[in-house]
Amino acid sequence: MSKFLKRFYLVLILLFLYVPIVVLIVESFNAGVSRAKWEGFSLRWYNDLFNSPAIINALYVTVSIAFLAAFFATILGTLAAIGIHAMKKRPQSIMMTLTNIPMTMPDIVTAISLMLLFIFTKLHRGYFTMLLAHITFNIPYVILSVMPKLKQMNKFSYEAALDLGATPGYALRKVVIPYVMPGVITGALLSFTLSLDDFTISYFTTSPLVQNLSTLIYSEARKGIKPTMNALSALMFIALLILLLLVNRRASMNND
Amino acid sequence: MMKKLFALLLVAVLALSAFGGLAEGVVNVYNWEDYIDEEVIALFEKETGIKVNYMRFTLNEDMMVQVRTSPTAFDVVFPSDYAIERMIAEDLIQPIDYSKVPNAGNILEWLMSPDYDKEHKFSIPYMWGTVGILYDTTKVAEPVDSWGALFDEQYKGEVFMLDSPRDALGVALKYLGYSVNSKDPVELKAATDLLIDQKNKGIVKAYQVDETKDKMVKGEAALAVVWSGDAQYAINLNPNLAYVVPKEGSNVWVDGMVIPKQAPNYDNALQFIDFLCRPDIAAMNTQYIEYSSPNAKAIELIGEEYTSNTNLNPSQETIDNCEFFHDNYDVKQLYDTFWGMVKNAK
Amino acid sequence: MSKLAFPSWAVWLMALGFAGFIALVVLSIRQNKGIKRSLFAYPYGLWIVIFTIIPLFLIGYYAFTDKTGAFTLDNFKNFWDSNYDMHKQLAEMGHNPADLGITRGLVNVDTLIYSLWMAFLCTLICLGLGYPAALFMADRNFKLGSTLVILFIIPMWMNFLLRTIAWMSLLEDNGLINSLLTGLGLPKMRLMYNSQAVLLGMVYNYLPFMVFPIYNSLNKQDNRLSEAAMDLGADEMVTFLRVTVPLSLPGVVSGITMVFMPSVTTFFIPRVLGGGNTEMFGDLIERTFLSADNWNLGSALSLIMMVLILLSLTLLRKVDPEGEGGSTI
Repeated sequence: MSKFLKRFYLVLILLFLYVPIVVLIVESFNAGVSRAKWEGFSLRWYNDLFNSPAIINALYVTVSIAFLAAFFATILGTLAAIGIHAMKKRPQSIMMTLTNIPMTMPDIVTAISLMLLFIFTKLHRGYFTMLLAHITFNIPYVILSVMPKLKQMNKFSYEAALDLGATPGYALRKVVIPYVMPGVITGALLSFTLSLDDFTISYFTTSPLVQNLSTLIYSEARKGIKPTMNALSALMFIALLILLLLVNRRASMNND
Repeated sequence: MMKKLFALLLVAVLALSAFGGLAEGVVNVYNWEDYIDEEVIALFEKETGIKVNYMRFTLNEDMMVQVRTSPTAFDVVFPSDYAIERMIAEDLIQPIDYSKVPNAGNILEWLMSPDYDKEHKFSIPYMWGTVGILYDTTKVAEPVDSWGALFDEQYKGEVFMLDSPRDALGVALKYLGYSVNSKDPVELKAATDLLIDQKNKGIVKAYQVDETKDKMVKGEAALAVVWSGDAQYAINLNPNLAYVVPKEGSNVWVDGMVIPKQAPNYDNALQFIDFLCRPDIAAMNTQYIEYSSPNAKAIELIGEEYTSNTNLNPSQETIDNCEFFHDNYDVKQLYDTFWGMVKNAK
Repeated sequence: MSKLAFPSWAVWLMALGFAGFIALVVLSIRQNKGIKRSLFAYPYGLWIVIFTIIPLFLIGYYAFTDKTGAFTLDNFKNFWDSNYDMHKQLAEMGHNPADLGITRGLVNVDTLIYSLWMAFLCTLICLGLGYPAALFMADRNFKLGSTLVILFIIPMWMNFLLRTIAWMSLLEDNGLINSLLTGLGLPKMRLMYNSQAVLLGMVYNYLPFMVFPIYNSLNKQDNRLSEAAMDLGADEMVTFLRVTVPLSLPGVVSGITMVFMPSVTTFFIPRVLGGGNTEMFGDLIERTFLSADNWNLGSALSLIMMVLILLSLTLLRKVDPEGEGGSTI
């Protein structure tokens, strides 16, 4: 009985999380514009989606920024984690505190502080500044994903490699990096997801010329979201789901 | 693995840079949300070969922040009357070379020397309209003709207000018999108190801007403060709705086209403005967004359908009963502070 | 696609900059014969200075200056008394604020208190809902636990704005829930345009952030501990209260951090689900920056927010010195 209650509770919570998403996806197949009335099944919003340059453009901005930001943040963050790990206690704790700042700062404060920086340096806000901002908020997550792996690693294996005649670069490539790779991948995926979903920081660091999906949705939200957006999120949702399944399968294959 | 990633990165960087740069045949247009027939942009690009970078805003204030902080990002901007006045005062926009805008001659007489740009030097009207009440005839007892309905307790929880300091305070000022441009703290305080009272009594359902029209179509509220074009859009979709400019008078506004001082493509901007003034194009836009047109020839083209619609084509008497907004920069802080009190009232 | 008019040189410059950084690091490593691996952190150090520390100083700069750039504390006085500037202007215009019935303005302070209260409620509800969920999922006899964790993550991939707007479809007066009610012959309910709807939206968005860390800390627990407690005669309830709960505290603390921090500065949700009837601190900062165009006051508000968050973090660190907060995802 209590087992049943426990599962029932979990089902309820999941229902709470999924109902709006189901609603969103169902609406994307509604023939009418109105959110309230079901006017029959239709794929017109999916058709509209591919004919809307604004949305396709925003999709392009979102995905390319997420990709580039994750890429740069992963490189910088991994290097930083290795460096910080090798530091003495005091500088290490300073660096970790600094790393924690952007993570604990409210999004809106980060966003505004970066906006002020870009205005102050007369850098035109747009694609480039948005990318810089995304890299900035991604790096700490990469560091925090890689750090535990470094701590688990035997600290003598790197030195052993050097003693055996490996150059530092070689030892890094062949000993350290492979060991921390799972952490690096987690960090990269995390960065990618965070970038995809970010709204606040993008909103303040871009210009109206360069919209990502979030800022586009935000400006549309004011006049009433068209179901095209739902169609797009349904597609993205399914794409990410497939990606997750693939990653999972790869992971379980690697485990075998 | 790393090599592949690096190759991918290179491809991405190359692909990105291919889109970069300030191309020559470009015009950067910064207009209100939902405020042009997309077809018009395509037509312009086809006829002139100039690429349109189209951007949108929802509030004059937001737009001005953008123009101030990125002065070279825009070639044509569509501010409202008082914002034009402000932008002239701040030296943000430059005079228009009328010799390159032959179609500007089509503009209606009464808009040729508007208060906000007396010499008609900096701006050419794009659309105009009024502020009024959109109401659901199935939900009100008698036809609405006064701002008073918005403060009437029988419509508790049934009123949508505009979420903007000037528009919301403007409504209250007009109802109290003051000017929408009042700078008198006593009058402003009275208007604020009225709005707070309205909120405390639970009459207001929500403060919003562009969401209102779709919600009214769905019957979410009985009364809403809207711009005339939004009203027309909603009435087309829901015949139970009606629009009125209250008898106390209201705000009449014009959205103009201006060119920022540091616009990178001045000539293309002029070409774009001229294109929008062309009668057939102006008619297309008017029919699409359903605001009032300042273009005499376009009105002729549309004909009866336009002239007989009092929402789009109000009588001169109604217009004379309304006021333009004026730049109120010197008391903007008062408006913002008073508005903060309304928003914070519980 | 050509809408992207960002300068291509910028991308190249950045790529070059990175390449330079990396070359520099590699070179210095070679020179140092690999002794100083800490050099690897230098590019990041520089990055932090440029993109975290300098921006924070800029906020500080704006917060302590006025429009002309002169030093002032007025922005903080304005926080405490939101009518402070208005008082000054009215006096200049020859009015006596008291005659107008204008006294100290509580707008900013009230909004802060309201935001803290909402964030507190949100955290409490998330904890109440999330702890049992995490507990049931971490149950050893429950095989699906790790799958369920993924099910909790998936909704977060849907754009947060859209998820919030989807709630609007459900809660509106003519929305799905009310249609259902009328269909059943029940009266309609006012579900939206109020604080409760805002709270619902917040809980919905932040609940997973409470569940993960608690699940993690419960999952890491050595089962033998509770078994030992049982063997020593403790019943299930006592074991739960005296063993499981205390051991899961670090997870609870990081869950609280991860829910409370972002929820204080929530914005957008109050506008969509609350109908703009109430403002939270995030909305206030946004409005002050954008539509009121007052960067100095906006910066002061941001600064106050930040100090508050750092203070509460320090407090939480006292409970959770290991800093589990970061290692949750």
